[in-house]
Amino acid sequence: MGTSAGIALPFEAPVADLEDQIRQLEARPDAADWQSDIDTLTASRDAMLAKLYGNLEPWDMVKVARHPNRPQTADYINAFCRDFRELHGDRRYGDDPAIITGLGRIGPYKVLVVGHQKGRTTEERIKCHFGCAHPEGYRKALAKMKLAAKYGLPVVTLIDTPGAYPGIGPEERGQAEAIAVNLLEMSRLATPIVSVVIGEGGSGGALGIGVADRVDMMQYAWYSVISPEGCAAILWKEANEETNSNAAKSLKLTAADNLELGIVDGVVEEPLGGAHRDPALAASKLERHIIDRLESVTRLNPKTLVEQRYERFRRLGEVHELASGG
Amino acid sequence: MSSTPPRSWTDDDVQTATRKKPVPEGLWLQCPGCSAILFKRTLENSLSVCPECRHHYRISADDRIEQLCDPGTFVEFDSDVVGGDPLHFEDVKKYPDRLQAARKKTGTNEAVKTGTGFVKGRKVIFAVMDFRFLGGSMGSAVGEKIARATEAAAAEDLPLIVVSSSGGARMMESGLSLMQMAKTSAALARLDDVGGLFISVLTDPTTGGVTASFAMLGDFILAEPQALIGFAGPRVIKQTIRQDLPEGFQRSEFLQTRGFVDRVVDRKDLRSEISSIIDYAGK
Repeated sequence: MGTSAGIALPFEAPVADLEDQIRQLEARPDAADWQSDIDTLTASRDAMLAKLYGNLEPWDMVKVARHPNRPQTADYINAFCRDFRELHGDRRYGDDPAIITGLGRIGPYKVLVVGHQKGRTTEERIKCHFGCAHPEGYRKALAKMKLAAKYGLPVVTLIDTPGAYPGIGPEERGQAEAIAVNLLEMSRLATPIVSVVIGEGGSGGALGIGVADRVDMMQYAWYSVISPEGCAAILWKEANEETNSNAAKSLKLTAADNLELGIVDGVVEEPLGGAHRDPALAASKLERHIIDRLESVTRLNPKTLVEQRYERFRRLGEVHELASGG
Repeated sequence: MSSTPPRSWTDDDVQTATRKKPVPEGLWLQCPGCSAILFKRTLENSLSVCPECRHHYRISADDRIEQLCDPGTFVEFDSDVVGGDPLHFEDVKKYPDRLQAARKKTGTNEAVKTGTGFVKGRKVIFAVMDFRFLGGSMGSAVGEKIARATEAAAAEDLPLIVVSSSGGARMMESGLSLMQMAKTSAALARLDDVGGLFISVLTDPTTGGVTASFAMLGDFILAEPQALIGFAGPRVIKQTIRQDLPEGFQRSEFLQTRGFVDRVVDRKDLRSEISSIIDYAGK
């Protein structure tokens, strides 16, 4: 613990005050003399974080998922993917930096990693379109996943996107077709696939790399058919703090909600106060989780995997048969 | 509601089929395409296409089936399959109330009709979406019905014809709606695996999660003229990029020139196009 988040979310204001005080004490030349005060303050900070994060509203979780310091795909790759070799380009049009693909080792496994990348600096963010992928990103992902299947490598996908990029170019180059083809091909890709929503799971742009044998979510990630703002703008006719918050609640977009609906299979616990407060701990938890998942899916033969993957998605949804005449 | 009600072109049908401008009551209406004043009966006799400018009016699933199917051959299945309210979704209205209102308005249970029928003597499986029903949105029931239709097409080796007309995934079932994109696409993978034929017909409008799943996965993709087809809606794109969109952007003809639609087909030719593709595919 101890690393400060730097940028405080609105609901974290009380924590931010304490963290300021801790920082000031730690910065003193005679900090050692103040250690007991620092310890007390740290303990109250942790208690407050536990309380705040134990009662987060869905809209607050969306903000945590979007925190500028939250670890991204590239951070996790750096943290636990050894000998990573990025593979660029879709061999059709270009190379979309909003989706990273490459070979590497996670634990004892040689894998293909596919993940959305938002970028950290302003320059990176613009280059990555803030994690909103273009069709060439989805096509790159699929091309590399087919390679993985050909050589018997499992696929690990990390989902973190507000949604696929809405623009003229992406529409001209078949954004919808690119995503649709990924859904179809991933459903029958004869190699294990494990996915984790690490931050934002925005609609089709998220699902476009999310048809997997196991799908999990980080504790404060969100996953939904539309962003709270998009939903509020349509159904409440206006997106503001209040309607966004209502929409976030209605959309059942939290990890716990998605687990209950059967959309995800598990939740990866985050460090106290969110992954952005302790990226290293978040990474080690995620690494452990991915290795566990790989252990269970690589035991099955590809045919059984594809069969079970089909059934997994086939049964999602709630339908009833009306009584005759109803 | 297990069989298709006989077709009737009531005033109500025409009005709900033309959403762009309010249509005056009575025997006449103004075409949103060319502003011509049309005699309603003329429109009815021309498959709801303006004889002046070829503007294709939106039509209900029942009318579409009537136009494509050999008379009296459509047998609906799964008409009783409906969704629930798994999220207890509430915005300014409750989801069950929205469903109830849509059912009352359209006389149908969901935003897609599925069944078997014949097109010029060839047996096919149909899934026809109805934009009047909550904007043709896809929730669990729509996804389930399309998946079942696709599985039936694979099991019986029948061509699958899906006529899309949808604003996308249904928000009120959130993540479960999103999952229908994966479900329907996975079912289509299996149809493809057994060499099945899937003809996707795109009509105005086909956007969002429907475009980004089954609608774009046809072995053959046909589109009615001037239909809006895209992933993101034009308004969202405009807000994002803050510039005007090019003329004809996201219309059928645009998609054809960009390589995403095989043929733009006038409504009057749709039946013969479908039947001839079935022949070429040897189904």
